[in-house]
Amino acid sequence: MFKHLLGLRDVGREEILTVLDTARGMKEVLGRRIKKVPTLRGRIVVLLFFEPSTRTRVSFELAAKALSADTVSITAAASSVAKGESLRDTVRTLTAMGADMLVIRHPASGAAEAAARATTAAVINAGDGTHEHPTQALLDLFTMREAKGRLEGLTVTIVGDIRHSRVARSNVWALRAVGAEVRLAGPATLLPPEAAALGIPCYTTLEQALEGADVVMALRLQLERMRANYLPSLREYTRLYCITRERLRLAKPDVLLMHPGPVNRGVELAPDLVENAPSVIEEQVTNGVAVRMALLYLMLGGE
Amino acid sequence: MRILIRGGTVVDPENRTVEQKDVLLVDGRVAGVGADLPADDALVIEATGRLVTPGLIDMHVHLREPGYEHKETIASGTRAAARGGFTAVVCMANTDPVADTRAVVEYIRERARATGVVHVFPVGAVSKGLEGKELAELASLREGGAVAFSDDGRPVVDSGLMRRAMEYARMLGAPVISHCEDPGLSAGGLMNEGRTAYLLGLPGMPAAAEEVMVAREILLAELTGCPVHIAHVSTAGAVRLIRDAKARGLPVTAEATPHHFTLTEEAVEGYNTSTKVNPPLRTAADVAAVREGLADGTIDVIATDHAPHAEEEKDVEFAAAPFGIAGLETAVGLVFTELVHSGVLDLPAAVAKMTVNPARILGLAKGRLVPGADGDVTIIDPRLELTVDASGFVGKGRNNPFVGRKLTGVPVTTIVAGRIVMLERDLKC
Repeated sequence: MFKHLLGLRDVGREEILTVLDTARGMKEVLGRRIKKVPTLRGRIVVLLFFEPSTRTRVSFELAAKALSADTVSITAAASSVAKGESLRDTVRTLTAMGADMLVIRHPASGAAEAAARATTAAVINAGDGTHEHPTQALLDLFTMREAKGRLEGLTVTIVGDIRHSRVARSNVWALRAVGAEVRLAGPATLLPPEAAALGIPCYTTLEQALEGADVVMALRLQLERMRANYLPSLREYTRLYCITRERLRLAKPDVLLMHPGPVNRGVELAPDLVENAPSVIEEQVTNGVAVRMALLYLMLGGE
Repeated sequence: MRILIRGGTVVDPENRTVEQKDVLLVDGRVAGVGADLPADDALVIEATGRLVTPGLIDMHVHLREPGYEHKETIASGTRAAARGGFTAVVCMANTDPVADTRAVVEYIRERARATGVVHVFPVGAVSKGLEGKELAELASLREGGAVAFSDDGRPVVDSGLMRRAMEYARMLGAPVISHCEDPGLSAGGLMNEGRTAYLLGLPGMPAAAEEVMVAREILLAELTGCPVHIAHVSTAGAVRLIRDAKARGLPVTAEATPHHFTLTEEAVEGYNTSTKVNPPLRTAADVAAVREGLADGTIDVIATDHAPHAEEEKDVEFAAAPFGIAGLETAVGLVFTELVHSGVLDLPAAVAKMTVNPARILGLAKGRLVPGADGDVTIIDPRLELTVDASGFVGKGRNNPFVGRKLTGVPVTTIVAGRIVMLERDLKC
């Protein structure tokens, strides 16, 4: 297993499947009344979050606690980062205090990699800038496999702000590694030509991208994109790219609808889709804890 | 004081000759260049198998003094230059205070006289505070010793201001050096826009951000008649625009850096902040175009854009690191390894781009090795190999992406106005 999980670009099919298989057992643990096993007792997991995040941080924290690891959660506002301490110094300090694993969320692409260079602890990238969010992609794959029974041969359409999405990047690498077909869809300003140059089918017409899809994944739209003129208006975006029940009829009848959350209701998804089938957004959240448990277990080498 | 450089291969970039000759320096000037000159009481430097060239000129460096002495000083930067084989450097105006007044330009020259070991020629700012709003007092800057005008590091966004600067500079007989970047197109960019930027999730700067401004400067050179020098050309499109402008007889010249003729955007993989530079490292096609531009004369000059930073400033997340490469001490090695030995440039052409060409553009009486010329000489061992090790740098900046690379062709001796500042790789100052 890898020492660090910084991204999925260089992670192979076998490693991905090992994580997903291990997560299945972890999900079983989470279904018990006593959701705790002693596997990582005495190990220290530090959650270092330089960006606001509830779901990812809590998900990691619950995963570590379910494995009996000790956790410390640091958010940028409360840490010495506000006093001008560099990422490198913060990471070195936490390492000196005995951290076995650092889980890092940071607004700068490459921050997790920079942290990994500064520490002997294992590092998990919990989202770095617009680069990667590997644990999100792994939980997405877990959810798809659980529902469909397979990953190979699935057609997965990712819709929205492809350019700035770390979720999309990680999903593209992972899905390609396991033999799924990925399609990307969004307005031309948010659909970089580099993606098409990598051989990924890209669509500016949503309807074409949805045709025959097994899985549709909508991405969160950062509303500040409007200010940088990537989009003329929210209304126009919604008219062209919002996933509605009617548009979903173009996909396979048993299509799965996903979203990494939090959802801008009525922007990426029609409001009635968020909590109802075929949406599996809540299952994604549940599975996130199991997948993160699997990673902690595999990377910290339990027992 | 007499120095005889004996038995070396003298490269004359002006007459395009490469011949074994002796060079005699007397009292800081070239006294003779010819076969079998008598040594008499002169200090003899044996140069058999070495190349003897006019002292190299780097027309684009950042010495950081005054204001950023933790990054570099005139003392450390000129020593880095000497170690890199350069006998003269042209330093940019983005100091603190900015070199936008005669007093600052004179201060730089005074500090260079007191603490420097190579010739230092300051560039004056185009606009007050490099703010791109009001013209600096260009005539006073010129009188204070500025050899050119530039807001380098920042583009002059206002075309009207650039036009007036060119008209005024032309009257003063000095060129304008342009850092070509349209900030509307490059805003937020950290590297070249393209495949690697997409993979790394880093915001990109498209080639067009540079080319739009190159096109504007060419049009303004045509409008005003002022010589404009395009700094650090990095894209195929910019090379093409400059080639066309030269073909039309416009007063446009250009330079390229060793990193832009050597490295591609792929060097940024791994988020190595030593590769973060502006303009950014581009694609293989751009590197090929820059080399072609060097070969066909479109690009007149090789200059380093030496931009040293403190280690703690660069040892941060990629987005937080400042732009710049400390290049003085690896430039000649890269010119020989990447351009001369690989056949892109012959010896006189390569040497011309670091001697007579920058001298001509800036109106400096330098860059030639003829009797009566200043006694600035560089001796290069074209076969000496060196593995780049930043910890051995004389300059303060360690931000160099060539660390670990083997270079073939290294300057061994540097003589400035008849004074030996480096002898057999050892600094003597």
